[in-house]
Amino acid sequence: MPKDGGIGASTKRREDVRFLTGNGNYTDDINLRGQAYVHFLRSDVAHGLINKVDTEAASAMPGVLRIFTGADFEGVGSIPCGWQVTDRFGEVMQEPAHPVLAQGKVRHVGDPIAAIVAETYMQARDAAEAIEYDIDELPAVVNMKDALKEGAPKVHDDLTSNLCYDWGFVEENKAAVNEAFEKAAHVTTLELVNNRLIANPMEPRVAVGDFNRSTGDHTLYTTSQNPHVIRLLMGAFVLGIAEHKLRVVSPDVGGGFGTKIFHYAEEAFCTFAAKALNRPVKWTSTRSEAFMSDAHGRDHVTKIELALDKDNNFTALRTDTYANMGAYLSTFAPSVPTWLHGTLMAGNYKTPLIYVNVKAVFTNTVPVDAYRGAGRPEATYQLERVIDKAARELGVDPIALRRQNFITEFPYATPVAVEYDTGDYHATMDKLQEIGDVSGFEARRKASEAKGKLRGLGINCYIEACGIAPSNLVGQLGARAGLYESATVRVNATGGLVVMTGSHSHGQGHETAFPQVIAEMIGIDASMVEIIHGDTNNGPMGMGTYGSRSLAVGGSAMVRATEKIINKAKKIAAHLMEASEADIELKDGAFSVAGTDKSVAWGDVTLAAYVPHNYPLEDIEPGLEETAFYDPSNFTYPSGAYACEVEVDPETGKVTIERFAAADDFGNIVNPMIVSGQVHGGIGQGIGQALLEACAYDENGQLQTGSYMDYAMPRADDVPFYTVDHSCQTPCTHNPLGVKGCGEAGAIGSPPAVVNAVIDALQSGGKNVTHIDMPLSPSRVWAAMQG
Amino acid sequence: MYAFDIERPTTIGDAVSALGHEEAQALGGGQTLIPTLKQRLAAPAKLVSLTGISEMKGICTADDGKLCIGGGTCHADVAAGAGAYPALADLAGHIGDPAVRNRGTIGGSLANNDPSACYPSAVLGSGATVITSNREIAADDFFDGMFTTALEDGEIITEVRFPVPEKASYQKFEQPASRFALVGVFVAKYPDGVRVAVTGASEGGVFRWSEAEAALSANFAPEAIEGLSVDGSGMISDLHGSGDYRAHLVAVMTRRAVAAAH
Repeated sequence: MPKDGGIGASTKRREDVRFLTGNGNYTDDINLRGQAYVHFLRSDVAHGLINKVDTEAASAMPGVLRIFTGADFEGVGSIPCGWQVTDRFGEVMQEPAHPVLAQGKVRHVGDPIAAIVAETYMQARDAAEAIEYDIDELPAVVNMKDALKEGAPKVHDDLTSNLCYDWGFVEENKAAVNEAFEKAAHVTTLELVNNRLIANPMEPRVAVGDFNRSTGDHTLYTTSQNPHVIRLLMGAFVLGIAEHKLRVVSPDVGGGFGTKIFHYAEEAFCTFAAKALNRPVKWTSTRSEAFMSDAHGRDHVTKIELALDKDNNFTALRTDTYANMGAYLSTFAPSVPTWLHGTLMAGNYKTPLIYVNVKAVFTNTVPVDAYRGAGRPEATYQLERVIDKAARELGVDPIALRRQNFITEFPYATPVAVEYDTGDYHATMDKLQEIGDVSGFEARRKASEAKGKLRGLGINCYIEACGIAPSNLVGQLGARAGLYESATVRVNATGGLVVMTGSHSHGQGHETAFPQVIAEMIGIDASMVEIIHGDTNNGPMGMGTYGSRSLAVGGSAMVRATEKIINKAKKIAAHLMEASEADIELKDGAFSVAGTDKSVAWGDVTLAAYVPHNYPLEDIEPGLEETAFYDPSNFTYPSGAYACEVEVDPETGKVTIERFAAADDFGNIVNPMIVSGQVHGGIGQGIGQALLEACAYDENGQLQTGSYMDYAMPRADDVPFYTVDHSCQTPCTHNPLGVKGCGEAGAIGSPPAVVNAVIDALQSGGKNVTHIDMPLSPSRVWAAMQG
Repeated sequence: MYAFDIERPTTIGDAVSALGHEEAQALGGGQTLIPTLKQRLAAPAKLVSLTGISEMKGICTADDGKLCIGGGTCHADVAAGAGAYPALADLAGHIGDPAVRNRGTIGGSLANNDPSACYPSAVLGSGATVITSNREIAADDFFDGMFTTALEDGEIITEVRFPVPEKASYQKFEQPASRFALVGVFVAKYPDGVRVAVTGASEGGVFRWSEAEAALSANFAPEAIEGLSVDGSGMISDLHGSGDYRAHLVAVMTRRAVAAAH
């Protein structure tokens, strides 16, 4: 049994007390004295030349303080992109400017044309309607393949085309891959779409800018997953404010799913306008605005081919993907379809030759960037769908085909540049077959058929690269940031600890899980540890939370800092007990001298550090506070196997999920309850992508799914009770906790399982359906059944 | 939302006079109008709230056996109190979510006549009578295409009178995002024949499927309409389903309603 509050205990989330009782402190809860409000006038056309924005009449409206337009941001920096991809010809990507407010052109519905700051939000909205603007609408490019055609309208006139980059990976392998296809005994081909999604965190984005003219200090309160990164990007690249004069605070964050990683124009605007007006300036996104201004996710169009030999061994894999960037490059957009996608194409399989081509394309749509999983779900979906299709074409069991091709020896260097440290894919598949009662499926199918329903079983395996990432490696790959993480551990005089982590929580439960680690290391109660995050003035520069990295990287930094604390505390304890430091042991919150009954409590040592009357001042400094920066040596590689069972109503095409089992290997686990919650949420989002969610634009670039009337979010009754298991554990070999990360797994592993299940169901009913693009809405499934 | 004045009359008479104001707009439960106002898609100078008029609320059975529901009765109250007409209570209990059902009213829903709303199918499918502040309107004369009814400016739905059928059922196939009816079919069997009303599907709003009515009047069984179909060309076609899909669902939901009728 794990110690209560220690590693392995399902300690209840302490932060939930305030979240569930209305006592959270979200950015919108922050209201500053003298605060003004901004409303953004957003383009209602997808592409157009701005002829005129006349703000004169609007400026005279009641309460209006000032109206800003693109002209006010000339000389101000562009919203930067944090990753530069080099294409397969050795050229860097095309990187357009992204002004805070549109200059010259609007490039997507929702592009801000003007920003009205007024005493009240309603006054700002009223004034927006009095702005006289004239936009010459231009033809929009929405479809990526059309956007690359000769003569297509250009989203950015100063670029040579709408192609951001044409990336090949691994380019040197291309000829060998093609040759393997020529020799293949069987080739399975699949064309598919990974549907565009809108993240829809429960809390919309908010920004409050503040400026103190006495000190020249700027503060930005914002709904961010990584306030330190926002400070660097906005301060250094957009507004020219040095970090010591700019504080970025992200208090409680109500969900992010990736879309709150990025630096947004609204943040820069509020910071800029607060100084210009000498008033705090607040923006709270409406839900409607969120649909057209939060970065979207996914949106890949892919052709994948799998080559097999006569014994059904995978011999080569080839993919051709178009990835939508939208109208501007969001912060990490270029990395998602490349290094977070191409490197995952080996999956769980020992395919020796792989070639991935990705064309990233500008269109007149909202920018697209990382969304829960970011590139890895896109890789997993296409790979696991093509394997499933191959199994059907070859008439072999999809589980057996997967098992036959599993990687079994670790470490394993893939042909796509990454090295998996550990894993046991047969073990997770064994566990899946057990918890999912796969052998009982046929009986359940018969029961469904007796009710007139088609039942299908879909299997999926996934591998993830998370805990991102080694800074030197990502630097070579084009990242303009390091991806270490930091922690300062401050021990107070009476023994309590405060951890200032560079990670941040937007719902993951760090305030509960991180203390469990320290409680275990020192042998004290977890309630003695408090986590502080989300404030650049409170702790070292960190990189934030995304890519399932917080515990693997941020937790490791905290472990390293705590190790420093313990080492110093042992010196103090040795002094107090007049013993040799080498003989000091720490257990259950007390230091003892090995082989004796001498002991001194944790609190006595910490007190000595701050009241150093009897203290080795000649050897060590007083105080007990340490900082560590942890830069991982590799990604971590969680993996798992998922099984989904669906029923399809053959009359209506409606799919219901009857069973869902997930067997994950996350390495060591700190809080199993939180891990289960993360998996549940991820699967829920994956089911949303598979069955319900689709962001749609019409041919003119109008957003057709601009509200919940048309954008279908999963609801509680859309998902089943899950059976999840994470007892298969192959600990990560290169971080001190042996943890791998669990935040994105569910969203990566579930969409292919759902689609594989629906195809299985339809084929069991004699329908010759080999693929349906997500979401598998009733109308799409019905249409597919009609042939 | 733009600024507006609001009046809260307590009698139908006061409400009618308040609605005499040129830019006045009646406000029922506000489940459509309030979101519209919040998006600044409507700008009435004055709202006349009908929720304080007690004579427009409640459910009773008339001497002729008809179930009478006040126009200001919310869906939750119909779900709980229309036990004399189980199919109607069931329909009301599946509109929206609890928040919607405790605010939205039958009169508001009918006056709005959203092509995807549930209530119009029950009213048309039951051959109900819509009682307004100045007249009685037969269901067949009330609905006049999407978002259009026979109501005149300032006219208030005060009550709806439903003849209670021998058997009835409402079967709704939900649009996945809004959960409004992608297709909803209300089937009611009366001594003098069967009525079938379809919502959600047609560009013309709620309609009666007369071919199915004739077949079911002769034989009230799901198989009676095998082979019958509605034309997909007049059906709504959007992100959530083509006209052909909706037309197909009309037949499916009609069969299911007949099978489920009780």
